[in-house]
Amino acid sequence: MATLTPILSAHWDEKDSFTLEGYKRHGGYKAAEKALAMDPDAVIQMIKDSGLRGRGGAGFPTGMKWGFIPQGDNKDHYLVVNADESEPGTCKDTPLLMANPHVLIEGCIIACHAIRAKQAFIYIRGEVTHVVRRVNQAITDAYAAGLLGKGVDVVLHIGAGAYICGEETALLDSLEGFRGQPRLRPPFPAIAGLYAKPTVVNNVESIASVPAIIANGAEWYQSMGTEKSKGATLYSLSGHVNNPGQFEAPLGITLREILEIAGGVRTGHKLKFWTPGGSSTPLFTDAHLDIPLDYEGVSAAGSMLGTKALQIFDETTCVVRAVLRWTEFYKHESCGKCTPCREGTWWLVQILRDLEAGVGTEADLEKLLDLCDNIMGRSFCALGDGATSPITSSIKYFRDEYIAHLTQGGCPFDPVQSTLFVGASK
Amino acid sequence: MSSVDPTLNQEVMNSIVARYPRKRSAIMPLLHYVQSVAGYVTNSGIENIAEMLEIATAEVSAVATFYTQYKFNPIGEYHVGVCTNTLCAVMGGDAIFSALKEHLGIENDGVTADGKVSLEHIECNAACDYAPVVMANWEFYDNQTVESAKSLVDGARAGNPPAPTRGPNRLVTYKEASAVLAGLNDGLAGEGVQAGSATLLGLNLARKMEGK
Repeated sequence: MATLTPILSAHWDEKDSFTLEGYKRHGGYKAAEKALAMDPDAVIQMIKDSGLRGRGGAGFPTGMKWGFIPQGDNKDHYLVVNADESEPGTCKDTPLLMANPHVLIEGCIIACHAIRAKQAFIYIRGEVTHVVRRVNQAITDAYAAGLLGKGVDVVLHIGAGAYICGEETALLDSLEGFRGQPRLRPPFPAIAGLYAKPTVVNNVESIASVPAIIANGAEWYQSMGTEKSKGATLYSLSGHVNNPGQFEAPLGITLREILEIAGGVRTGHKLKFWTPGGSSTPLFTDAHLDIPLDYEGVSAAGSMLGTKALQIFDETTCVVRAVLRWTEFYKHESCGKCTPCREGTWWLVQILRDLEAGVGTEADLEKLLDLCDNIMGRSFCALGDGATSPITSSIKYFRDEYIAHLTQGGCPFDPVQSTLFVGASK
Repeated sequence: MSSVDPTLNQEVMNSIVARYPRKRSAIMPLLHYVQSVAGYVTNSGIENIAEMLEIATAEVSAVATFYTQYKFNPIGEYHVGVCTNTLCAVMGGDAIFSALKEHLGIENDGVTADGKVSLEHIECNAACDYAPVVMANWEFYDNQTVESAKSLVDGARAGNPPAPTRGPNRLVTYKEASAVLAGLNDGLAGEGVQAGSATLLGLNLARKMEGK
């Protein structure tokens, strides 16, 4: 049977887990002490050896990213933590920061030492007031304890509602005080990032994973996971399941195993479709229950591990409604910089609205796929690409359901049946 | 001519600017700060920011209008957001949103006549394991139903809203929350749970499996 491996989440059940005292009780900031006594290159090597890969979606090796920062260039270097968690379905960094903001700060101290940066920024989305409080207080307490301010400074930057700022170059523009629009790459942030200086942008979970690796060693970390996807990670289970929540497990666990541990799909119902890593990752069905949830496994099956946001939908859910809603989201969040994404997402919504209402013909499905073809890979960033994922994958697996909307002149589903409170008295 | 808005504390604004290596980076927290004083982004606030950062007012406006959390008209003392992104929508968010519109007699982006509550449908707020989710002044109200969401807005209109599920012991006002988003510490970080039950589910199961 698959196992769970609480590392990041190990002490979240202690009432004061978010305080400096609570964090120090379990060896907090000892890893930073150890790392600061090491040569920065040795720290980078250790993270490379651990096999840690970016937990924000792309899965790029973290140590390699750090290694790209030019050394001895007499320039300021920056670390920017991407805490702009907004991908639909993704809900791991927010509870992590609420329960233990200090692990991120300790990770920042270690990462800054490794890349020879004196300054880190934490860019957190603006729609999470209490998480902002917790992180802000943790920074204040870390300064008061002399953990920050002696070589590393951390500034908390709070966003204001823009999904696109989760894209690393849009985030940098936003942090510089501009509209959050992606930049053309190259140059990559490692060469010209924040204020055109060498910059590492990492996801919260990636940086938060660093202290445990320093404390326990690269071998310990790579003893977990699969051949190319090492370590453990947070899987976020949501939707039509009996027990949604956060599950920290070695990479490569399957959805079937997680569902077994968690208590299964909503009683009396069966799995219809799910996302392995947020709405930008192509949908899976019940045929994909045994796909190893690591970077290679999910990608070989035609999707992406993304943020490990497992959104579960049972047979009461209309896939056309679900896809339309995601598409409306991408249209709303498209920053407008690139024409294929700005115009394309607008047209996708028009056609999908008609299809959901049972208006149109089967040829509209081909038109949708054609539009997706003309959006995919044609913009500066991946937002437009992500917008095509739910559409192309749902047409692949559920073409008949789209057609049923047309033959029946509307949606064949009763939306009440998919709510949590179905059957409850008024 | 000076563009200083006398209602804004210039010292606080300068302290926000001082956080950054380059002052233009302070636009976003300064806009949150203006909202914490005025309740929304005022023209005089934009002018004050522009003068402080030595850029054109059009540049400040261009940034402000890009981000949905900046409001250009007075909104409610309690700003309620109902997640209607796919997962929350399917699990009850759509039903909650339409019930609240009817209950309050306002549309999306509307404000009640007493100025107490405004309503907006929002995108994924990173709490999918607590769906359906409602936010009030960007504090979490987890696992909502039509009834609980109605009690939330009724309480807010009566000046006595229920406390957030994962947040401080009382729901702060929109202006107070905006100050937090400007990076000002309101001293409430220690209040509320460290984690909700869904957050702890995997950890609790791991402990059980270990015990066996």
